[in-house]
Amino acid sequence: MKKVLVLGSGALKIGEAGEFDYSGSQALKALREEGIYSILINPNIATVQTSEGVADKIYFLPVTPFFVEKVIRKEKPDGILLAFGGQTALNCGVELFRNGILEKYNVKVLGTPVSAIMETEDRELFANKLHSIDVKTPKSVAVTSIEDALKASDELGFPIIVRAAYTLGGQGSGFCNNREELMKLADKAFSYSNQILVEESLKGWKEVEYEVVRDQYDNCITVCNMENFDPLGIHTGESIVVAPSQTLTNSEYHKLRRLSIQIVRSVGIVGECNVQYALDPYSEDYRVIEVNARLSRSSALASKATGYPLAFVAAKLALGYGLHELKNSVTRTTTAFFEPALDYIVVKIPRWDLNKFNGVSKEIGSSMKSVGEVMAIGRSFEEAIQKGLRMVGQGTHGFVGNTDIAFTDIEKALSEPTDMRIYSIASAFEAGFTVERIHELTRIDNWFLVKLKSIFDSMKMLEGFNTLEEIDSETLLKVKQQGFSDFQLARFVLKTSGNLKEELLKVRDYRLKMHVIPHVKQIDTLAAEYPAKTNYLYLTYHGIEDDIICERDNKSVIVLGSGAYRIGSSVEFDWCSVNALETARKVGYRGIMINFNPETVSTDYDTCDRLYFDELSFERVMDIIDLEQPHGVIVSTGGQIANNLAMRLHEQKVPILGTAPESIDNAENRHKFSSLLDELDIDQPRWKELSNLDDIHLFVEEVGFPVLIRPSYVLSGAAMNVVSNMSELDFFLTLAAKVSKEFPVVVSEFIQNAKEIEIDAVAGNGEILAYAISEHIEFAGVHSGDATMVFPAQKMYFETARRIKRISRDIARALNISGPFNMQFLAKDNDIKVIECNLRASRSFPFVSKVIKVNFIELATRVMLGIPVVKPEKSAFDLDYIGVKASQFSFSRLQSADPVLGVEMASTGEVGCIGENYYETLLKAMLSVGYRIPGKNILLSTGDARSKVELLQSARMLRERGFNLFATRGTAQFLEENGVESTMLHWPDEDLKPNVLDYLKERKIELVINIPKDLSKTELANDYTIRRSAVDFNIPLITNARLASAFLYAICRFDLEDLVVKSWDEY
Amino acid sequence: MNPVRKAKLILEDGTTFSGISFGYEQSAAGEVVFNTSMTGYPESLTDPSYAGQILVATYPLIGNYGVPSEVREDGMLKFFESDLIQVTGLIVSDYSFEFSHWNAGESLSNWLIRNQIPALYGIDTRALTKIIREKGAMLGKIVFAETEVDFVDPNLINLVDQVSCKEVISYGNGETRILLIDCGVKNNIIRHFLKRGVTLIRVPWDYDFSAEEYDGLFISNGPGNPKMCEATIRHLQVALKEDKPIFGICLGNQLIALASGADTYKLKYGHRSHNQPVIQVGTNRAFVTSQNHGFAIDNDSLGAEWEPFFLNLNDGTNEGIRHKSRNVFSVQFHPEASSGPTDSEYLFDDFLKLVRC
Repeated sequence: MKKVLVLGSGALKIGEAGEFDYSGSQALKALREEGIYSILINPNIATVQTSEGVADKIYFLPVTPFFVEKVIRKEKPDGILLAFGGQTALNCGVELFRNGILEKYNVKVLGTPVSAIMETEDRELFANKLHSIDVKTPKSVAVTSIEDALKASDELGFPIIVRAAYTLGGQGSGFCNNREELMKLADKAFSYSNQILVEESLKGWKEVEYEVVRDQYDNCITVCNMENFDPLGIHTGESIVVAPSQTLTNSEYHKLRRLSIQIVRSVGIVGECNVQYALDPYSEDYRVIEVNARLSRSSALASKATGYPLAFVAAKLALGYGLHELKNSVTRTTTAFFEPALDYIVVKIPRWDLNKFNGVSKEIGSSMKSVGEVMAIGRSFEEAIQKGLRMVGQGTHGFVGNTDIAFTDIEKALSEPTDMRIYSIASAFEAGFTVERIHELTRIDNWFLVKLKSIFDSMKMLEGFNTLEEIDSETLLKVKQQGFSDFQLARFVLKTSGNLKEELLKVRDYRLKMHVIPHVKQIDTLAAEYPAKTNYLYLTYHGIEDDIICERDNKSVIVLGSGAYRIGSSVEFDWCSVNALETARKVGYRGIMINFNPETVSTDYDTCDRLYFDELSFERVMDIIDLEQPHGVIVSTGGQIANNLAMRLHEQKVPILGTAPESIDNAENRHKFSSLLDELDIDQPRWKELSNLDDIHLFVEEVGFPVLIRPSYVLSGAAMNVVSNMSELDFFLTLAAKVSKEFPVVVSEFIQNAKEIEIDAVAGNGEILAYAISEHIEFAGVHSGDATMVFPAQKMYFETARRIKRISRDIARALNISGPFNMQFLAKDNDIKVIECNLRASRSFPFVSKVIKVNFIELATRVMLGIPVVKPEKSAFDLDYIGVKASQFSFSRLQSADPVLGVEMASTGEVGCIGENYYETLLKAMLSVGYRIPGKNILLSTGDARSKVELLQSARMLRERGFNLFATRGTAQFLEENGVESTMLHWPDEDLKPNVLDYLKERKIELVINIPKDLSKTELANDYTIRRSAVDFNIPLITNARLASAFLYAICRFDLEDLVVKSWDEY
Repeated sequence: MNPVRKAKLILEDGTTFSGISFGYEQSAAGEVVFNTSMTGYPESLTDPSYAGQILVATYPLIGNYGVPSEVREDGMLKFFESDLIQVTGLIVSDYSFEFSHWNAGESLSNWLIRNQIPALYGIDTRALTKIIREKGAMLGKIVFAETEVDFVDPNLINLVDQVSCKEVISYGNGETRILLIDCGVKNNIIRHFLKRGVTLIRVPWDYDFSAEEYDGLFISNGPGNPKMCEATIRHLQVALKEDKPIFGICLGNQLIALASGADTYKLKYGHRSHNQPVIQVGTNRAFVTSQNHGFAIDNDSLGAEWEPFFLNLNDGTNEGIRHKSRNVFSVQFHPEASSGPTDSEYLFDDFLKLVRC
């Protein structure tokens, strides 16, 4: 084996996120260690795996059979790894196998054979296989029609669950209580797969998972088991999960373990496999509910939970090693053939961003909606869960102490789970519910509930105190062991409201005075049985000593990570953090990472000298700084979480590397920033701070609607809104004020039809050292995280570029920036307005760095560490190729959400492709996020007059190319008036044929262009139905006129065959 | 609120930990050992091999699923490994006062109190484990303020004599007759034999079985230093001269070795966990095993007729021996599991195949 192809997972989406950057990176590391030449296909340009030095050759191309075949033909690899890029890579691999392409080019599938993968993917085949070895699966019937589904339900009895075969994270799955619900769901499930399963419901059973590894010698281990806090019925990606299992006896634990090994042996896995069970809470009866013959989200979690590098080992096993021939990477002396013994508990909690979507149901269930997750480590459940709930980063302070959260109907909140269910348990205790009653309503095991109750009881006890001095050290230690933060203590004891900044410091001082401090413990895979050189650490109050001794030699640098992946902050900040660490280490510092996201590469203990897998709160970061006393802290590569800590750390005399925290504050605080712009004579949209409603109304009268309203300190547009009239304005003002009391709400003039331009740059002592100017295809109004970005900017006036450079230079100088920064501008007829400035790395840093091939983070880190840097010679004008960054949406996972774009960010991921020209590159990028080149039929529903005109030229071209156009009434009329032929389809709510809905349902339409009529969030019902149906029936949808026009132009000019297959280094 | 009664764990080297009692409030002394398994405390605590020892659980959350009720099956407690709690004391980090399981009859605390076994929580078990790892298993005592006790070295006591049965007990009525030398046998070994349809004759550790009729001989696990079991070794030397299949587990492994003329030694801190990796010598077959032992066979001392059967993948210590030409083999780990992984269960079948052919 000399040359191996690895398939990545593409853009981050719900159900397939950062965990595959971690597994892919590990696999590539294993290949490199073996001296094997590696080729990676992954359009996700923000990942660590697509960085220089990780793979030997990288293709930013869609992971589809078409492109993979092209790469195979070109590169002639000997082998291919399919298990490290999620379901995307697996599906692609299965198709390549079926089409005979792998055989044709003599490419060997390494690890688990494709036949075995196919067997596990077809539920009926797999159920039969399990039955043949006496393993139980849920009673289920595979059907291919709705009639048969109904027949099956007669046999099984309601409630039942419907599942579609071959889908990501339970897409098209759900529970049905009656025939009507079944018919509806089955119809949808059939749009994803031609086979669905109708199964017995095991709601309320425990859900338990095992991560199993097998080598070619048939040696098997289970690396980890995990138990879901939320019983069956809630997708494991939506559940709070603990590792190891907490409520299973030895007999149950080992029964399921034995079955896992039996299954993995009979399937013939070589590598890693995940087995999920339902376990009866009243007996040892069980069902196997899922098997994933590949690395998964759970395996990434298990790796982080145990310190066992599953993906790395799986890759080695795929190359033919036996487990006993590999070493335990943590102890480096003992064998990899063992099962980790944990001496701590791990709690994983999902992160949802459902508030970002319009119309989506908050209920959680059998399909996945969460966009990220956190992992908390402690030596008691209470400690870990409270840490974890804070880590999720949605403003809660732990299990208790969240004054903003209230439930109108607690029973409903308990029995019909939403993303807020855990907090409804706290409210239920407050309302006097017993553990038993809560158990009846939630089916959550009493063990977990009792632990939560003890947290609640301690809160009540704390509320009995009025001063800190009343709390003795024993009590203080006890509540800290239960995971109470200094903030919670301040809230319960000192009983003040607000941000408690001062009070929190008082608690900290008192705590230090009482010598109640957390201790550092190592994660060593063997529960201290063997000495380990591990640098994988966490903090706990259940300890009397530290496992490590900090050098305190001024040679270490702490990099703050980016926390849970969420809409607006994901893998791109992980890339930034990892690169900051690498650079710091390269120039002779020890790199220390603080982060808690199990899906990342930055939380791989191999990437740094020390990993603190712990909270990024002020309190915990200070604990770690007290221990480490580092040379300095880097806050500018971890996104907004890290950035927000700058000032508070600085106030405690923590050395912040790079741009001074005062400057960060000057940029973050809109008021200060605005004055600065005025001073520098730089234009900005007119805005006003919310002080009283009358002033606001006066202001709006002055600038006119629409206006943009938002609180300061936002990322990804939280609570940001464009409003078009008075009533909308008043409504959203109240909403915005609720999001953040600490910072005022601002209202600004909203400029329509303006171009949005961004600059990503690095400055040293106020002088710009490197910069990249990119433009958005969409007009301003689409969040920059959702917009399609072109770098170098292709359609911008020279004058505009010159002005932007000058403004950036002035601001860099005024704020004396040393490090990374990003600014966003509106440009309309050479009129430039500044709309945002962040003195930190931005989402697009990896994209521009990789396109221009200058590592902006490396440069920035050198600046921050005071290492002399040479200004890179290269400029964007030298590039004879371009990069396009496109966004990935996960609307198909978010039932009923309206798939429109606005100032609130909605995308869950992105890709970046490189190509010869604008349209070719755009097409590659769009294909990478799931668009397909339509064969014949396109539906146009093009919104207001301006959009209609925008798309007229494209419509004409489509007709010339022989596409059939379908249009809703207004659009059809407009096209006809302009001499473009189209077929008129009636609106969904009209009882007339031909109807647009039928065309969508029957999949006669291959691309839907539906442009909303205005900027308001509530769109006309008909348009909503068209958009939603397109998503539900898996038909590509574009809702922005500018993007649609560009895409249509691209498909008219280019065929698939025309797209250039070149690796990164060939550009 | 749970009443707080403090007590100390004092180690031989003077190190003192303070904890809170959740067991019987009485001072006790023994050898302090740690176990890294994450489940199976009812099984471990009743495992006779733990006699004389204060057990430290490295997994911090203990007591979660309570303790099963005392149901009997085939004359044995169905969910335990013997009739008694065998440890001298138990040390954990975070005790779960409330338990939750369908099969639980009482709390761990209640069970310990009923059986008069002291237990402490609130101790940094990782720090404690590191001391044992660095300095070796050492003597220790749980001390309640008013009752001082002396250190006791269980390795100087004949623990096997304490835990072995006092008279011959017979189980089952299969054709195959297996004679089991009880050095502190775990119930699950007996269950495994019964499941396979044998007549099992369980005899005390020092019983002269030369007059008994049997098809295969089995030597059980048990506590302490194997060299204390002089009588068993003597009887085994006689049995080894005959041609009947012999199988031993844990202490049984060491006793066969001693009877064959090989030597044993005390490990620094032993193997007590569910994740001990062993490999069958000369093959690529590896197994994850459950273990509980403080002594081991010296591989170099094996006679010419003997060879190592299994080795520990982590530290290379002996995990089993076999006779080069005869049907005698034994393992240091626990194929009967309970608690722990069940991967090496097949050894019972292998043994009975030899017996029955």
